[in-house]
Amino acid sequence: MTRTTWFNTVSLTLGFAFLYLPMVILVVYSFNDSKLVTVWGGFSTRWYGELIQNEAFLNAAWVTIKVAVFSSTIATVLGTMAAYVLVRSGRFLGRTLFSGMIYAPLVMPEVITGLSLLLLFIGIGLDRGVLTIVLAHTTFSMCYVSVVVSSRLVSFDRSLEEAALDLGCTPFTAFRLVTLPIIAPAVISGWLLAFTLSLDDLVIASFAAGPSATTLPIKIFSAVRLGVSPEINALSTIMIAIVTVGVISASLISKRATLRQEAEERAAMRG
Amino acid sequence: MLRFVNLTILTAIIGLVVYAAAVLILNPWRLDTVVFTQGRAVIAVLLAIGLLVVLPSRLRDRIAALAIVVVPYYWLLALFLVPFIIVLKISLSDIELAIPPYTPTLDLGEGWQGIKDFFAGLDFENFEFLTTDDLYWKAYLSSVQIAFLSTVMTLLVGYPIAYGMANAPTHWRPTLLMLVILPFWTSFLIRVYSWMGILSTEGYLNQVLMWTGVISEPLTILNTNVAVYIGIVYTYLPFMILPIYASLERMDVSLLEAAEDLGCSRISAFWLITVPLSKSGIIAGSFLVFIPALGEFVIPSLLGGSRTLMIGKVLWEEFFNNRDWPVASAVAVVLLLILIIPIILFQRNQQKQREAEG
Repeated sequence: MTRTTWFNTVSLTLGFAFLYLPMVILVVYSFNDSKLVTVWGGFSTRWYGELIQNEAFLNAAWVTIKVAVFSSTIATVLGTMAAYVLVRSGRFLGRTLFSGMIYAPLVMPEVITGLSLLLLFIGIGLDRGVLTIVLAHTTFSMCYVSVVVSSRLVSFDRSLEEAALDLGCTPFTAFRLVTLPIIAPAVISGWLLAFTLSLDDLVIASFAAGPSATTLPIKIFSAVRLGVSPEINALSTIMIAIVTVGVISASLISKRATLRQEAEERAAMRG
Repeated sequence: MLRFVNLTILTAIIGLVVYAAAVLILNPWRLDTVVFTQGRAVIAVLLAIGLLVVLPSRLRDRIAALAIVVVPYYWLLALFLVPFIIVLKISLSDIELAIPPYTPTLDLGEGWQGIKDFFAGLDFENFEFLTTDDLYWKAYLSSVQIAFLSTVMTLLVGYPIAYGMANAPTHWRPTLLMLVILPFWTSFLIRVYSWMGILSTEGYLNQVLMWTGVISEPLTILNTNVAVYIGIVYTYLPFMILPIYASLERMDVSLLEAAEDLGCSRISAFWLITVPLSKSGIIAGSFLVFIPALGEFVIPSLLGGSRTLMIGKVLWEEFFNNRDWPVASAVAVVLLLILIIPIILFQRNQQKQREAEG
């Protein structure tokens, strides 16, 4: 439906102003020279300079990236497997429990997930550190991955896979040669989702992290609890910039991939 | 190359299984002594490679087919279900000052007597405690109230935006859609934090209002419930806009034209046709805002004040500040019980929508 009226224009303008103005202010004031965060004291990049010299932040950033890479990669493998089982397998013992365990973490409050994992780690005597954060992040993000991947698996033509099986492929080879290339875009966006969820997470990481490992969100949270700080403004600006570039390039890449795939499918139909 | 990938995946899976088996055989029932050492991991990997070389290829495929079910299943059992059972158990235990600060602990090494002692030590004291202390039921009530009111506000803010997007020229829509999704990829913490500078007493909002002469004294917004409402509306807005937009975009404009031809005014056509047709989107969006807002921790602790009571914050403080694990676990169990109703309703709505489409 297309009906452009002044009302729609106004609501879109106000709506997007509301969504973006806070972040624009944050970015602008990260270049503020004054130590008083709300008073403009001229343009400067001094807070970026101080940020680069702040070793605690750099260490936390490194831990966060490590955790995000490991947890999102494991979560993508496990989530894809889980999606495949959910969509393709018929009934098996405990199927309801399995799908319940996939969907429950999506609606579970983070405080509960974090608390329960911490109690487990303490119960089995696992020292809290990078390993425990990776385990915790993998667990909740594999559920997001499996939702993303299973939506792609549902819509895909099963006869392609059956043809491969008829031609003598084992199920595993058929999955690798036929299914995986087709669901690859969903798997990649699942990985990206898991990666950002891990980068972003404060609550679960706070429960799972010990004194030996601090992630960036934990560091930011303890810094901003006391109020606005110019260094955090600078850090936020860097993170916003990375995400913006990442999302825009990812959407361009996936658009091109879809176009190419469509062209190939058309060519295959003709041939 | 592909064969190599195949073998690597299998090696990893078999390695994990061998590792787990070795650990269990070495220390039966004593999971608390399990330590992940690099030496053990290397041995497990070597054993796994050895097994792979020995096994015939058909058996390898069998193992792969089994692993695809077993690995994610057991992962979730061990890291989702078991922890949750532990929370249930601790919520029924008593506080102890030792570490871990609760009794009883289950010690299977003591055999049947251990199990009996374990069950004898469980009771509902912590849940009774939750009902006697005002703090808890007030916190639950105010969480429900804050989550409900902010869901209504998000709907009021989000609907016009979704409506405007659905009515925008077709070639604009992908861009608008991306602009709505982009904040979702940006750090949640940063989005909440960005409001601290705006809402504080000497913040940008007060500066603008004083400069334009609307107010003469700065308003106190930060550290009140108003700031919490603003924070929830702001951070969860995309969750409301997307489902409503999806249902509005599918709508057939000719229905509106027919209504107007039949003498309906534009406003009553909106209420009689557009709103009912976007009902599924409104319901889905409302649940997507309400459910996470109920257990929210970051927003009330950064934007709210000491008088903002939300259950996520209470749980956090009970655990980290008071170190009362049994009560924190009981708070978690009750929160989950409250959440079950909206979650089931949400599932039903989604199911109905799928059936309507299929």
